[in-house]
Amino acid sequence: MLQNIAIGQYVPGQSFLHRADPRSKLLFIILFATLVFLANNAITYAVLIAFTLITALLSRLSLSYILKSLKPVWILILFTVVLHIFITKGGTVYYQWGSFTIEEEGVRQAIFISLRLGLLILISSFLTLTTSPIDLTEGLERLLGPFGRVGVPVHEIALMMSIALRFIPTLMEETDKIIKAQTARGANFSSGSLLRRAKNLIPIAIPLFISAFRRAEELALAMEARGYRGGVGRTRLNKLAFSWRDSCVAVAGVVLLFVIGWWRS
Amino acid sequence: MKEESLLAFRDVSFSYDGEEGQRIPVLKSVDLTIEKGSFVSVLGHNGSGKSTLAKLMNALLLPEKGTIIVSGFDTKNEEMLWEIRRHVGMVFQNPDNQIVGATVEDDVAFGLENMGVDPGEMRKRIDEALHSVGMEKYLMAQPHRLSGGQKQRVAIAGIMAMRPSLIILDEATAMLDPQGRQEVMDLARRLNREEGITIINITHFPEEAVFSDHVTVMNAGEVLLEGSPHDVFSQVERLQSVGLDVPFAVRVRHALAAKGIELPFVLHQEELVEHVCRLLLTK
Repeated sequence: MLQNIAIGQYVPGQSFLHRADPRSKLLFIILFATLVFLANNAITYAVLIAFTLITALLSRLSLSYILKSLKPVWILILFTVVLHIFITKGGTVYYQWGSFTIEEEGVRQAIFISLRLGLLILISSFLTLTTSPIDLTEGLERLLGPFGRVGVPVHEIALMMSIALRFIPTLMEETDKIIKAQTARGANFSSGSLLRRAKNLIPIAIPLFISAFRRAEELALAMEARGYRGGVGRTRLNKLAFSWRDSCVAVAGVVLLFVIGWWRS
Repeated sequence: MKEESLLAFRDVSFSYDGEEGQRIPVLKSVDLTIEKGSFVSVLGHNGSGKSTLAKLMNALLLPEKGTIIVSGFDTKNEEMLWEIRRHVGMVFQNPDNQIVGATVEDDVAFGLENMGVDPGEMRKRIDEALHSVGMEKYLMAQPHRLSGGQKQRVAIAGIMAMRPSLIILDEATAMLDPQGRQEVMDLARRLNREEGITIINITHFPEEAVFSDHVTVMNAGEVLLEGSPHDVFSQVERLQSVGLDVPFAVRVRHALAAKGIELPFVLHQEELVEHVCRLLLTK
């Protein structure tokens, strides 16, 4: 029943984007997000759109996966478009009906803001689509490493994330078993009012919590038995390595920065 | 203390806090010596103190009374704690709750990362350890895709990578299917024979104990019987009086003896079959 749920959106593959280092992807997204907010005219937006299209090609993902990532936000985009069209004023009046107008500035803002949102979502979904959660955690830990010196528990956060990822499938299986066990005892999860159904989830949640705590306790013991004593004096298995792909990403970032900086008005 | 003993319990007692604040004794002045390179089985049913015994061996618990010496270090010596844990690896009962890494590779690396091993060296040791448990093909596999027996083998690989001198299997086969149990026992025997790793198998399956060099039977916090499998399992009545089973072959021989059919002492099923056949042929 819950067997086939994938963790996150990751789609395994061997494309350029899949094989680039998660750190360079993360840094690039930060740069790209900044550039999206700096873009303010047709040319700069066209450059960003063209770039996003190239990225899409480099990811070798099917279009449906990419568009799926826009699904949760399209209402938000639509809402912003409508608001801007009707509320933002200025420039030529395109349409008038009593005190109600649609003006040039409104249409302009509507297009730009929706592009902004769309591009941000698309480019960050390329990260989650082409990077496995494990690599992502690893990349984050490395990038945040320097903050460890000012007291940010980087190692602990990364360990928590990776243990959580590790236990998601295990707990899914467990949930599945509990649902079956409770169904066998006559519980009903698929009919009745919404409130009734929410109440019916309690006999699933409580056993799941109890077993999760028991697992946590045993895991802590197993970690201690293997000599775990926090982040101090710990080394990491070196799995991330920059390659020529990351140089390409860096060059693309610099070029994009100059192009946008030059052409923005 | 003898030169070759790897682990020694001297008059060790331990108790837990009960629900009403009273102390519940789990171990009562236990003396135990484990020889280097041996395969030892600790038998006992639930509550006999055998799991506490295991946790005392790598300083997850400290004795209340008495001393425990592991490769020459007292487990109470806090400075040597990490050295002791490196020497004494432990495989737990539930295969799911002891795998930390999101991939097999990450999990085997975990202990090495804790020890501060250099990344280049780590890579080498991971490959060696996975090879020694026959799981090298699963380097990038996710733990939840493996069978119970495979998960326990990964857990053993995680310990092997730390180059231990002793591996404790704390009911490591209790949650496995017969095939997984076979896999893990075969591996433990092979590591003992080929790599010279001392193995302590804590179990309640008497069948697993017939191959060991030494059997210790625990009951109510005390050592009930100790000796070679032959010595221990020949005391069938004594074992059964405390609710412990004996290997199948021993049980059959005992039942036959009660009917007046005497057979030489056997431990393994094959031996039993042979003796019974011989008996039938000579009659």
